Amino acid sequence: MSGHSTYQPQSGIMKWMERRLPIAGLVHSSFVVFPVPKNLNYWWTFGAIASIMLVVQIVSGIVLVMHYTPHVDLAFASVEHIMRDVNYGWLIRYMHSNGASMFFVAVFVHMARGMYYGSYKEPREVVWILGVILFVLMMATGFMGYVLPWGQMSFWGATVITNLFSALPFIGEPLVQWLWGGFSVDNATLNRFFSLHYLLPFMIAAVVGLHIWAFHEAGNNNPTGIEPKSNQDTVPFTPYYTIKDLYAIVVFLIFFAWFIFYLPNYLGHADNYQMADALVTPTHIVPEWYYLPFYAILRAVPDKLGGVMAMFGAIVILAFLPWLDTSRVRSARFRPIFRICFWIFIANTIFLGWLGGKPAEGVFVILSRVCTVYYFAHFILILPFLGIFERTSPLPASISEAVLKANGSSASEKA
Amino acid sequence: MKILSKNTLAALAVVVVAATGAGNATASELKVEKQEWTFAGPFGYFDDAQLQRGFQIYKEVCSACHGLSRVAFRNLGDKGALGYSKDQIKALAAEYEVTDAQPDEEGEMFERTAKPFDYFPSPFANDNAARASNSGALPPDLSLMAKSRAVGRGFPLFIVDAFTMYQEHGPDYLYGLLTGYESDEPNDDGKYISHGYLGKDGIIAMAPPLADETVEYTDGTPATLEQHSKDVISFLMWTAEPKLEERKQLGFKVILFLILFAGLLYLTKRKVWANIEH
Repeated sequence: MSGHSTYQPQSGIMKWMERRLPIAGLVHSSFVVFPVPKNLNYWWTFGAIASIMLVVQIVSGIVLVMHYTPHVDLAFASVEHIMRDVNYGWLIRYMHSNGASMFFVAVFVHMARGMYYGSYKEPREVVWILGVILFVLMMATGFMGYVLPWGQMSFWGATVITNLFSALPFIGEPLVQWLWGGFSVDNATLNRFFSLHYLLPFMIAAVVGLHIWAFHEAGNNNPTGIEPKSNQDTVPFTPYYTIKDLYAIVVFLIFFAWFIFYLPNYLGHADNYQMADALVTPTHIVPEWYYLPFYAILRAVPDKLGGVMAMFGAIVILAFLPWLDTSRVRSARFRPIFRICFWIFIANTIFLGWLGGKPAEGVFVILSRVCTVYYFAHFILILPFLGIFERTSPLPASISEAVLKANGSSASEKA
Repeated sequence: MKILSKNTLAALAVVVVAATGAGNATASELKVEKQEWTFAGPFGYFDDAQLQRGFQIYKEVCSACHGLSRVAFRNLGDKGALGYSKDQIKALAAEYEVTDAQPDEEGEMFERTAKPFDYFPSPFANDNAARASNSGALPPDLSLMAKSRAVGRGFPLFIVDAFTMYQEHGPDYLYGLLTGYESDEPNDDGKYISHGYLGKDGIIAMAPPLADETVEYTDGTPATLEQHSKDVISFLMWTAEPKLEERKQLGFKVILFLILFAGLLYLTKRKVWANIEH
């Protein structure tokens, strides 16, 4: 993926293969000698962590499917069968249900890192847009996956979210019935969600491939936001970043294991251990935590169609980020005002998430509206104008110079 | 890196201040008191004797109205369960009659003595029959009860809970419900009030199921309402999460391994990067 391969096959069999399918050369140039800026911090390891989480989800999901039954009468019982009778079924299921959350944790950090260091800017716009597509695919996959256990929150979450499409003028009603495969969320809905929930992860894997391809063409961004100028500024991916990523992955797995083994139901809803019942509506219908900021935006708008558009708009606007941010300086390190705006944006989004988990009444609605306006203002007002008016700090001449300076100052501090 | 962490703290402060401000504006929901449970925490376990007492309560009290349909007799002898032997379970199952899944040679469904592989028979033939016998209220199946009810803890407690491994929302809630009855006497509608019940004004169709001396224990444990409640809830925690002990034991080993592995990887990483200024 980075120009002509320098791979020299040693053994006879590899030489034979390399003339016919140069896959070893591709791996060699992409993941062994691939030059990476030497100053990446640990925020850069979340891409690798997210990839591992995708693998965990696919593998655990395939095993779950061996025991799961996608039918409204049997789905809930088959999940309990997995929990009670399948050897280590509880482990596989808790891995998968918590793994979804962990995948989102990793991806949220990965996105925030990209925003902070301006990783979406020229020439990495396509990398970023592919990332937004991945995010949308993940949200769709997670949503459909949550429906499969056919608990109360599965059913009512599916009902609420699919009903959003009924807000569309003219085509709304028939569209929703087409999505359901009937006149309500029922067996046909469960079956198609199961089918799509199995399909989408492989599409995610394919887009991850494109995502990696695209950033290997442009090269990694780095905390300074300036491009490597010489070989002094980079190190080969292997062994330097293979070992660093591996270390970060294992630390992340500790965090993951904490939830699997000690808090397996912390991120879920108690209601989902009650089987779906179309006649009993739960008091609060709440989506999974990773949708909450967008759910808050949906409910902040008094009009149904307006709310739906605001919610999808909040995701789609991310794709335009490379052009909304007008600053030529990539990294927030050299953008004092942007740096503050970034953290306010993060706090605002987390706060929106908290609001999304609260009932849509009283002060929560007002706060949701304020935060929703701020969310969009960050993209539409702050970023475009900040790039024009902000006085950025001087950029270092090279990555090596920045590294030397940083190490020098920390050394003098210690002394 | 230094600037970053300062900013992180500032951002967290903003979130904390904003969130507490909004939190105070809401009416507080049902207050649930934390109880001591053997199965809480990283080394949580089920106490065989307690589970057996809880099972006795289920059998003598709850099972009159509530099913336990996801539990098979054989499960009572599983690892990390009640500690019954194979013979004890056979004898126990023989106390029950179940309808065989298949018809007999004449095509008639027939009753037979239960075997260990059978599941606990439900007290009513179907939900409508259950409602008809309980003045319209449906007594829910208890298999998953201990983890299918919970009261939100709100900010900031829910964040603290992630660090303290607090997962016993369900059992604590059930304890509040069982011990929170206002009176043994029904009101004019034939309903009762439990201050621990999530429904509107705590109005509940179930009469107080437990009181002091409801069940006679054979192991000398004091038969108080509190003890009865704890015992039956612990039993229900087991029916809801039968692999809890195995999960926590395996988790400790896995996390210990991961920490050691991470330590070794960190040292390797330092060695690999030793000559690179970064």
